[in-house]
Amino acid sequence: MSAERPQDAHIFVHNLTMAYGSLVIQRDLTFRVQRGDIFIIMGGSGCGKSTLLRHLVGLQTPAQGEVLYDGQSLWQVEPAERERMMRCFGVLYQSGALWSSMTLAENIALPLEQYTDLSPSQIGELVSLKLALVGLAGFEDYYPSALSGGMQKRAGLARAMALDPDILFFDEPSAGLDPVSSRRLDDLILALRDSLGATVVMVTHELASILTIGTNSVFLDADTKTMIAQGDPKKLLAESHDPKVRQFLTRGEPHT
Amino acid sequence: MDATTPVTHPHGTLDVTRPTADILCVRLSGQWTIGAALPSSAEVQAQCEASPGVRRLSFEASDLADWDSALLTFLLKLKELCDQRQIAFDQAELPHGVQRLLALATAVPEHEARREEKRVSLLVWLGQSVLDIAEATRELLIFLGQVALAFGQFMRGRARLRAVDLWLIVQASGAQALPIVSLISFLVGLILAFMGANQLRQFGAQIYVANLVGLSMAREMGAMMTGIIMAGRTGAAFAAQLGTMVVNQETDALITMGLNPIEFLVVPRMLALMLMVPLLCIYADLVGILGGAVVGVGMLHLGAAQYYQQTLSALHLLDFVVGLIKGTVFGILIALAGCLRGMQCGRSASAVGAAATSAVVTGIVWIIVSDAVLTITYNILGI
Repeated sequence: MSAERPQDAHIFVHNLTMAYGSLVIQRDLTFRVQRGDIFIIMGGSGCGKSTLLRHLVGLQTPAQGEVLYDGQSLWQVEPAERERMMRCFGVLYQSGALWSSMTLAENIALPLEQYTDLSPSQIGELVSLKLALVGLAGFEDYYPSALSGGMQKRAGLARAMALDPDILFFDEPSAGLDPVSSRRLDDLILALRDSLGATVVMVTHELASILTIGTNSVFLDADTKTMIAQGDPKKLLAESHDPKVRQFLTRGEPHT
Repeated sequence: MDATTPVTHPHGTLDVTRPTADILCVRLSGQWTIGAALPSSAEVQAQCEASPGVRRLSFEASDLADWDSALLTFLLKLKELCDQRQIAFDQAELPHGVQRLLALATAVPEHEARREEKRVSLLVWLGQSVLDIAEATRELLIFLGQVALAFGQFMRGRARLRAVDLWLIVQASGAQALPIVSLISFLVGLILAFMGANQLRQFGAQIYVANLVGLSMAREMGAMMTGIIMAGRTGAAFAAQLGTMVVNQETDALITMGLNPIEFLVVPRMLALMLMVPLLCIYADLVGILGGAVVGVGMLHLGAAQYYQQTLSALHLLDFVVGLIKGTVFGILIALAGCLRGMQCGRSASAVGAAATSAVVTGIVWIIVSDAVLTITYNILGI
């Protein structure tokens, strides 16, 4: 992997330092995400996983370093260009973050109305399709507050997929879901990745998901404030000698 | 329980002995539970201090009837004391459960993250306040700039917002505010008429109540009362709506969809109030004049037609325009205050409450200050 140029990687994070004012969260993050990866951002609570995600999707400006998509920097381009790049992202927030004053159909239709010239009936068909894909067919006219947590997450996923994004970002998708729902969400993510050819970047604590669907990862450490491991989580589990990584991936149990 | 012993409140006792020169033994007995009368750790501390040769603190708990967290806090204090004085803390004789909980409670080292709240000197406090004000001003200016840019986009027809949102906000802040605006302005008209009547009757000039009520409603009170009602009703609602959206990451979701939250959320709210507050203001003027007429006709026995004629002759269109300008300015300020506080909201439920409160306070302060500025300006311009 040595001779790789940045533009070969789908996402290339280079020397990224994240900070709130003078408080540094993480420094010197450098990693690549290949097209089609399911990339896991992992680490203990409070180490800056969600902050890293906010930097990747363009919600927060890096204190230092760069985030490149297909070789193009997200932060050194005109705002209009950045907006265009951000339109290729689909983001599923931790709480779903559906717009609570709109029905599910309106939530999913909004990006379509804004960025496509489709007729209302075509949009309606697309909305129904996306909802059906996440197992919510028939829920078009429900308001988010009428749905359970798991359904809100899936609806959030349907909205994230509205514009057929190249990259899907997930912030703790299985937090607060029961094991079966969380497993079904994993299957859904896999199926979407395989059929849409999207790259998936995911912040998660869920060991089962990390080890079953993750193909690449980065491990952030809160004490040293930088990444201490990267690579396929299964390989990390088998080969890593770092006690923190081993402890995380084995839930601190003495053997695997 | 033996019938002869009086029923007493549950209590725990301790008994400190010194079997050998270097051991202090604490005998715990009775009920060590929350709510029971318990001895304080100071007793043991006093014993420790009185006998400097002690190297070990041990316990005797065979008579301990019942225990809960009360015992644990007591023991933790003793343990801390022992650590300070380098005395061995021998917990072997304590009940098993107590030992395990003590181990849990002392397993995690206290995190340095617990920040010390230091007392700051007056000078530091003053400097910090000035810096805070500078920061708040900077945030306000940035927000104003963003709103101005978003309005520029809107004027050029490029702003991304939903017309249906605008109509919903217009409805909520306009039509639905009619009952409260009616009530308040009717009563204000009534009050003005009463106050004026008492004074003017002394000169037999009751008829001028019509002038008093008409002019004050049109030029000042209509706009002012509408503004204050809207700051409390709609300004707070805006802050709470936007604040909840910030907490719920809905604004983040807008940004990552490439939608500017200022265009999408703030512009329709500003537009709605810019339209509705002046309209409500005219309505309030008329209802207030009606309130004055009720007093004039009912209490001062002026004829209805006479009151009407007097009002017409007292009021000019300019008086309404003066009030309307104020109303429009108040509308803009209320929407700005509500949206500013909403967008600044922190990421917790209590922050939403604080944002709503702050929106009302900011809104009312801005209304009063701008009212003073406008009134003085009118005075200089002679209108």
